[in-house]
Amino acid sequence: MTLPLIIYRSLRQHALSTVVTAGSIALACGLLMCVWMVKTQSQTVFTQTTSGFDAVLGARGSKLQLVLNAIFHLEASPGNVAWADYEMIKRHPAVKTAIPIAVGDNLRGYRLVGTLPELFTTVEYAPGKKFAVRPGGRFFAADKPDAKEAVAGAFAAQRLGLKVGDTFHPFHGLAFDANSQHPDVYTVVGILAPTNTPADRVVWIPLHGLQTMSGHDARAATDVSAVLIQLRAPSAGFMLDLMYNKQGNRLTFAYPVGAIIAELFGKIAWFDQVLTLVAYLVALVAAGSVLASIYNSMSARQRDLAILRALGARRRTIFGAVVAEAACIGALGAAAGFAIYLALLAGVADVIRAQTGVVLDLTARHPVLWICPLAMIALCALGGVVPAFKAYRTPVAETLAPLS
Amino acid sequence: MLAVADLKKSFLSPEGQRVAIVGVGRFALAAGEQLALRGESGSGKTTFLNLIAGILAPDSGRVTIDGGEMTGLSEPKRDRLRAEKLGYIFQTFNLLQGYTVLENVVLGMSFGPRGADRGHAREVLGRVGLGHRLEHFPRQLSTGQQQRVAVARALANRPKLVLADEPTGNLDRKNAHEALALIREVCREHGAALLLVSHDEDVLKEFEVRKDFAEINEALKEPAR
Repeated sequence: MTLPLIIYRSLRQHALSTVVTAGSIALACGLLMCVWMVKTQSQTVFTQTTSGFDAVLGARGSKLQLVLNAIFHLEASPGNVAWADYEMIKRHPAVKTAIPIAVGDNLRGYRLVGTLPELFTTVEYAPGKKFAVRPGGRFFAADKPDAKEAVAGAFAAQRLGLKVGDTFHPFHGLAFDANSQHPDVYTVVGILAPTNTPADRVVWIPLHGLQTMSGHDARAATDVSAVLIQLRAPSAGFMLDLMYNKQGNRLTFAYPVGAIIAELFGKIAWFDQVLTLVAYLVALVAAGSVLASIYNSMSARQRDLAILRALGARRRTIFGAVVAEAACIGALGAAAGFAIYLALLAGVADVIRAQTGVVLDLTARHPVLWICPLAMIALCALGGVVPAFKAYRTPVAETLAPLS
Repeated sequence: MLAVADLKKSFLSPEGQRVAIVGVGRFALAAGEQLALRGESGSGKTTFLNLIAGILAPDSGRVTIDGGEMTGLSEPKRDRLRAEKLGYIFQTFNLLQGYTVLENVVLGMSFGPRGADRGHAREVLGRVGLGHRLEHFPRQLSTGQQQRVAVARALANRPKLVLADEPTGNLDRKNAHEALALIREVCREHGAALLLVSHDEDVLKEFEVRKDFAEINEALKEPAR
C-alpha cells in the first residue's frame, strides 16, 4: 500500500497540475484514437456501401464520379444514358437486376432521385435487408409511372420535416435555389425506415416524373442518369468492363463499386497521414508536459522525498514512485481520452452521416483503442524518468536540515 | 546497542577547502539507555546523528547498531537497517504535510521489516494522545501535537534506537517539557535506547546521563575549523 499511497497523495497535492496534464493527455489520446477510427471506419464503411449493387453504368467519364453520383448521391452526373442502353444492359444475360435512376432536381438541398419501384421491392441494400416504409406509408405505385408521388429517405424526411400527405414543389438543379422552383406538386406517400445508407438522404420520386418534370429538356425525356446493376456472377463484371470501357467509347461501366471507392481513399491518404502526424505531435507534447509538470514540482517535493528517504525508503522506491505517478497521470488521461474520443467520433460521425448518409459504427473495436492508451501511459512513464532521476538523487541530509 | 568508532566526516567549503565536521573516536550507548548530548549550533551534532542513521556516509570509521554495522553497508542496506532499527525525531518534525496523521505513521512503518500495520499505528497514536486526530493533516494540528505525531512515527516501527535532534526546539517551555517526558516514557515502554542532542539546558538537565558533544568530537578541536 506504500506506493499507491505515495502516488495518490502526490497526485492530490498537485491536483491542478495533475488535472491539466491529464487533460492534455486525454486530448491527445482522444484525438489520436478518433483520427485512427474515423480513418479505418470510414474506409471500411464507404467501401462496403454499395447499396446492394455491383456496378454502375453511366455516361463516358470518371468511374469515381459515376459511383459518387449514383450510389452516394454526391457529385454531379457525368451525363445521360439513353433508354436503349438501359434496355440493352437490362437484357444482358449476366445482369440480374438493372435499376435506372435520374437526377437533376432537389428539395431544399436534398436530392430528388427518380427511379422505378423495383428498387424498393426487389433490391437488398445490404445482405438480407430490403427497403421498408414506416407505418402509414407506401412506395409509389408501380402501375402509375406518372403519379406525382414521393418516398422520402429517413434522414431527409427528418431534416425537411416531411410526413406522409405533405406536398412539395421540386427545385431545379442539385443545389438549392429558391428561384428555380418547378410548378409540379408532389405528395409524400411514404417515409423510408432508416437504412444507414446514402438512400436515407434522398427524396425518391418515380423515374418518369423526374424525366418529364416541367422545364426539363423534352429531348432527354427518356434518358436516365445512370443504371444501378446487380450481376449474376462477379466474373461477369470483368466481361462488361471490357465491353463498355475497352471496346466501347460512349459509356462507362464502374465495377466493382467498393474498389472504386477504395481508390478515392488511396488518393486522400496524404490527408490521413497529416492528421495522424498532428495527433502524434500532440501526444508527444502531452508526454512532454508530464515531464515538465512533474519536473517543475520536484523542488516543492524534495523535502517530502527526503523525509521518505530518512524514514527508510530506498532510492529505487522513490524513483519508482515518481515514474508510477507519471504513468498514473497517463492512465487518468487515457481514461478521460475515451470520453473525448467518443464525443469527437460522435460529432464526426454526425457530420459524415449528414453529408453522405453513411453511418459510422461508434462501437466498432480496433487495436488502436488499447494500443493508444497503453502507448500514452508508457510515454508518460518515460516522461517521468527524468524527474524520477532528480528525485533519486535527492540529498537527504542537505534537504532536511542545514548542516550544523 | 550503539557503538561508534573513529568516525570522521568532512565537507568541502565554498573556498574548496576540506573542513572536518565530525571526528568521534569512541562513543557507545547501551540497550534502553537514554543519553543527552549537549552541543551548540554548528557543532556537528546533526551530522553526527545523520552518520549514525546512515543518511550520510562517513569518510572513515564505524557505526554499529544492534550488531549490524551501518558504515559497511551499501546504501540500500543502510536504508533497510535504518527503517528496521532506528527512529528519528527531527527538530522541525519533518511531517509529510499532504498526508494524514495516521498515514504519516503508517508510511514510516511501511519501509521497515514488519510493514505497514494500521492497527499498531492507531495504538501508538492513541498512546501519544492523538487517537482522535487520526484523519487530520499536520497543518490542522498545534505544534505540540505535530511533535507527538513525530514521536509516534519514530516509535511505531519498534526501533532499537531513537535519535532525537533538538526535538523540543520549536516548542514552548510547557510543551517542551511534556514532549520530552513523552519521548522518554514511550522509549522506555518500547525498550528503545534514546540519543538526544540539544543545546537547551532545560532539556539537558532532565537527563541523568549527559555528555558534552564538544568533548567527544575531536573535529571541534582542530585549528583548521
